[in-house]
Amino acid sequence: MFEAIKFKLNGRPTQLTVDGERRLLWVLRSDFGLTGTKYGCGEGICGACTVLINQSAIRSCQLPVREIKGKEVITIEGLARDGKLHPLQKAFLDHDALQCGFCTSGMILSAYSLLVKKPTPTESDIIEGMNDNLCRCGAHLRIVRAIQSAAEEMRGGRKG
Amino acid sequence: MKEDSPLNQEYKNGENRLPLSRREFLEAVGGGILIFFSCGDATAQERRPPGYQALPADFNAFLRVGADGRVTCFTGKIEMGQGIITSLGQILADELNVSLDAVDMVMGDTDLCPWDMGTFGSRTTRFFGPPLREAAAEARAILIQLASEHLQLDEKQLTVKEGVVVDKNNSQNRVTYADLAKGKSIEKHLPKKPPLKEVSEFSIVGRPALRKDALAKVTGKAQYAGDIRVPAMLHARILRPPVHGAKLKSVDTSALQEDKEVKIVQERDLIAVLHLYPDVAEQALSKIKAQFDLPEAKVNPKTIFKHLLDVAPEGEVVTEGGNVDEGEKAARETFEATYLNQYVAHATIETHTALAKIDKDRVTVWASTQRPFGAKEEVAQALGIPPQKVRIITPFVGGGFGGKSQNAQAVEAARLAKLTGKPVQVARSRQEEFFYDTFRPAAVVKIRSGVSEANQIVFWNFDVYFGGPRGAEQFYNIPHHRELSHGPYTGLPGAHPFGTGPWRAPGSNTNTFARESQIDMMAAKMGMDPLEVRLKNLSDQRMIGVLKAAAEKFGWGTSPSPSGRGFGLACATDVGAYVATMAEVEVDQESGKVRVKRIVCAQDMGLAINPEGARLQMEGSLMMGLGYTLTEEVRFDGGRIIDRNFDTYEIPRFSWLPKIETVLIENSGFPPAGGGEPPIVCTGGVIANAIFDATGVRLFELPMTPERIKNALVEMKAKKA
Repeated sequence: MFEAIKFKLNGRPTQLTVDGERRLLWVLRSDFGLTGTKYGCGEGICGACTVLINQSAIRSCQLPVREIKGKEVITIEGLARDGKLHPLQKAFLDHDALQCGFCTSGMILSAYSLLVKKPTPTESDIIEGMNDNLCRCGAHLRIVRAIQSAAEEMRGGRKG
Repeated sequence: MKEDSPLNQEYKNGENRLPLSRREFLEAVGGGILIFFSCGDATAQERRPPGYQALPADFNAFLRVGADGRVTCFTGKIEMGQGIITSLGQILADELNVSLDAVDMVMGDTDLCPWDMGTFGSRTTRFFGPPLREAAAEARAILIQLASEHLQLDEKQLTVKEGVVVDKNNSQNRVTYADLAKGKSIEKHLPKKPPLKEVSEFSIVGRPALRKDALAKVTGKAQYAGDIRVPAMLHARILRPPVHGAKLKSVDTSALQEDKEVKIVQERDLIAVLHLYPDVAEQALSKIKAQFDLPEAKVNPKTIFKHLLDVAPEGEVVTEGGNVDEGEKAARETFEATYLNQYVAHATIETHTALAKIDKDRVTVWASTQRPFGAKEEVAQALGIPPQKVRIITPFVGGGFGGKSQNAQAVEAARLAKLTGKPVQVARSRQEEFFYDTFRPAAVVKIRSGVSEANQIVFWNFDVYFGGPRGAEQFYNIPHHRELSHGPYTGLPGAHPFGTGPWRAPGSNTNTFARESQIDMMAAKMGMDPLEVRLKNLSDQRMIGVLKAAAEKFGWGTSPSPSGRGFGLACATDVGAYVATMAEVEVDQESGKVRVKRIVCAQDMGLAINPEGARLQMEGSLMMGLGYTLTEEVRFDGGRIIDRNFDTYEIPRFSWLPKIETVLIENSGFPPAGGGEPPIVCTGGVIANAIFDATGVRLFELPMTPERIKNALVEMKAKKA
């Protein structure tokens, strides 16, 4: 059933008329051309499709688009503000925390959500918080280091 | 469309190029100074189809110094995470004396890049690196010559820094590469070898460099094949059989007749539904009713090994020396064992994807592929057109590991584009990806070996069945040995119920697991320390070097296995590199679950172009290797694939992360070896040996799942009792 959905997308008020049952992932990728959000498994297992909804990491391949009504959606394209990278993006870059890069958007947004909930995470908090995001290239070690260093920078008040 | 609309950016990709003649090609890449060179990979040269490329046949790569001062390298190699976009750029920047930021890489575009065999086998840096250096040195020589004419100064008086040629005596006298290249159209083929820099003169090579692709990848701007958008493109979902070998009996698409938005296409075996949105196409596909004739399931994970031995051909010699029968006579004790490994998936997070677009008689396909020129041939053949009419563009590839060597999705997209008259994207679902993956094959290794009174290994009889020969070569000092390979890893008709193919270091994982387990088993029987037995039977100094380096970092100590410490070690040589890996594990005897606490890997890869990139490959290989070692196996029943997603096919995740330490041996006197594969080959052996050291039980089958470990422990206890 087509319905009008108002929400905020990467900081901007947005309106869309769409079949509310369609999954957010495909609406982002097809209707908005925001292709930084990736399809990996289609069943919410791998985390490549992770986006932020009201600051919390959600698997967009599972979410009917009607559920974002009135909410704020942030995708990887909306994380850097005014041309300045978010500390997590900068940390992933500085720590070489990626190889093929296909899981990277989901990793960064999951880490964002983790740091909202736990601004001073221990290493095991990070491992637990990131455990359902899959990386095939094996960049895990660098990703953990990147999240640690971003958390430190964000605590220093230099939020992106 | 508003300027800031994300779609606006994407549409630029829809621009297609006309067929390129040599002149048009040179215009397309722009003027400036062009250096053509040939990659030293002899196999690549032999396999190039004759008269295939309209471009000169005596080079397969080139670089350009443009009038904007930028240096561009055009290569058919692709970037799939291994980091060559950075390491090749480093080589070029260093030899040419420009900053790394001034280098652009154009990769995997079959219209702009010369023919290339493909990106696999850790070949890029080994075979491509040296000629790239020479080409860069030649370009620098030409630029200095031009500068000498321009400045009216002797070449000896000039020096280059960051793309500026400067008078050594008066830094006011200077000219940039950009100014020198302006208005020029110089084409040069690399003649005799130009003088190269000494390793000690390098300022970029051998130093850590941040990935050139990282910024695009952390901002979501990096484009993979599925991210390309062209106007009016359709997304296709294709009817697939439930089982390999199934035949379509009947199909009923009547439920979709009413739906005007959905397009249905059928051509022979290809039945697809297409829509503007991939998810809507997916839903439509589920409304098609199809019946298939299913073949009888003949093999399963339990019976596959006997089947493989039954159908295996005679072995081909990989290496041999002495006389194994004589060696056996000299043996005090002989050891015989059979090692098995199950099918393993590539499981790249990006599935096979392609977008095809046809303009008149020209076909352009954006594809996730490790073999763009292979895809070009395949698409041309499927459409019945000359290869010159097909252009493959390879955006970033989301992981390959050998799995993106076949290009069925590119062919399907091209066929559907032709049938519909619209651009068509084919992106495999995860279920399709598992179904059509060309798995690392199930394989068997049989070893018979023996030791002398003096605890020297005197003979070694090694047979690998369908694993492939790589990694079976003998490097221990054994007077009488013979290594035979029966059947390739790609299989033979009737061997496997589905496709198999190259999987990161094909053959080496299987063979190294078997060899290093056998060595350990012999050491334990002789009461010798696993490191001691290896050092005693080795003479290759580079192998000895990595073993000692790993032992020092790890704190190996000395103790015969099983010591209860849970320490294991394995060593190997692969694509020119030497690796030794040591690990510490903890085994829960109740559940059979293994926790890998730490891993040390020492690698000698000759000259490391980008040490940081090499370490990243080592860490990634070790982590990925734990998967085939502990959990990864594709379960099946005949042609039916049971594991179709990451819920049951378990790949390594954060909670597995051991303490990882890497040691890179400085050995810049040797040419660069491969780095993307060698560090993965030891993980099976090192963990098997560590489990033995912890528990006294030896596992002969990969993966070493909790169930297999538990069963082996029960069996051992029953034997003791």
